[in-house]
Amino acid sequence: MAAPDLLPAPLGLLAELTHRCPLGCPYCSNPLALDKRDDELDAATWTRVFCQAAALGVVQVHLSGGEPAARRDLPEVVKAARDAGLYSNLITSAVGLTPQTLATLSEAGLDHVQISIQDSDEASADHIAGYKGAWARKRAVAGEVVRLGLPLTINMVVHRANIVRIESMVELAVSLGAKRVEIAHVQYYGWALKNRGALMPTREQVDNAARQVEVLRARYHGRIVIDAVVPDYYARFPKPCVGGWGHRSVNVTPAGKVLPCHAAEVIPGLEFWNVRQHSLADIWRASPAFIAFRGTDWMREPCRSCDRRDQDFGGCRCQAFLIAGDARAADPVCHLSPHHALVLQAAEARAEVAYSYRSL
Amino acid sequence: MDQPEKKVSGSARPRLPRGVRLTHNEAQGGWLLLAPERAFKADAISVEILKRCTGEATLDTIVDDLAKRFATPRERIHADVVKLLSSLADKKLLEL
Repeated sequence: MAAPDLLPAPLGLLAELTHRCPLGCPYCSNPLALDKRDDELDAATWTRVFCQAAALGVVQVHLSGGEPAARRDLPEVVKAARDAGLYSNLITSAVGLTPQTLATLSEAGLDHVQISIQDSDEASADHIAGYKGAWARKRAVAGEVVRLGLPLTINMVVHRANIVRIESMVELAVSLGAKRVEIAHVQYYGWALKNRGALMPTREQVDNAARQVEVLRARYHGRIVIDAVVPDYYARFPKPCVGGWGHRSVNVTPAGKVLPCHAAEVIPGLEFWNVRQHSLADIWRASPAFIAFRGTDWMREPCRSCDRRDQDFGGCRCQAFLIAGDARAADPVCHLSPHHALVLQAAEARAEVAYSYRSL
Repeated sequence: MDQPEKKVSGSARPRLPRGVRLTHNEAQGGWLLLAPERAFKADAISVEILKRCTGEATLDTIVDDLAKRFATPRERIHADVVKLLSSLADKKLLEL
């Protein structure tokens, strides 16, 4: 265990305010077993968590879900974040977010809004979201965000059904007045893993998409920032998941469980502590789940002696468990992993099947 | 990507837009520039420049002020300030 003076300070807090959401996106990163409304933390508890987070070194809070606007007390939560001195980022589907609520959030000190849009093509977008009218609603709310003077990011999750439309998706983000757009390839956890065969693009599509992002970056330089989340099944090296386990970020579930990353509950045997019983500082420092993979002592070969071990931290622990069956193994996305062939096989196992939409 | 050096007018009044904030945090070891879903460590020189980007002071005023404060030739300060400001403007973290 790291000595207290060597303990890193978290920068960001992902606050999952609720798992309720009007949309049914088949790649949702929420777990398959969703928290129920009755189990959600109240605004007073979130206020306490934000104060503890700020004292621990957190500077940014990402208010997410589910759909955070499903909570009527969202303005109170935003104000609590602001009062704690945190930079607040609302991650929303925009469905259920009224202009009145948005204006209240803006007055409460909200710093930034991220709206997800499922595709540049309306019919396809509504099909992916499993919600008729979502696309039009999102465009209207995006306009309202810009009108209020709030900075806007458009998040576009990319997969086989929309990967050929990256150019028009970026054009849409520009036309909506966003300063930033995320081209985020699906990461296969939770509902996305369940729908992997239906979502997975081909290698050729992924290579084309990467080239296109470079062209678009040059074309829109200085007008919109294009951030890309890489599709790791086709990568040679794993992603530095959450910037290292228990190193930079902390995730609180709707029911108050504190996780090193949003998918961590899939790993069997990890003991998570809850903000209802413990302070965030104690959880960060001493809860078994945070200690489990912090630093590099837990590593096995090929990670242990790898010169990239402090760069990508062995990749993603959840993916190591989900694909290689062992959370201490190298992320099988890495070409040095003995289980790498399983990733290649999974990428090839595409299927034209109906989505299994996210539902409670 | 290296961009050719930008011209910034001496009468421009640089400001941090809404959604970009300079903050000091002991646990993170100093100053940070907070931006949409990103945070950048700000070194001592950047902090001195950014604190002056209020939308009121012009580029010329900021450069004069820093040249005096740090007893450094104006041209050198000017080059440093323009480099920082244009790079931030390209990332949509500053308005000129």
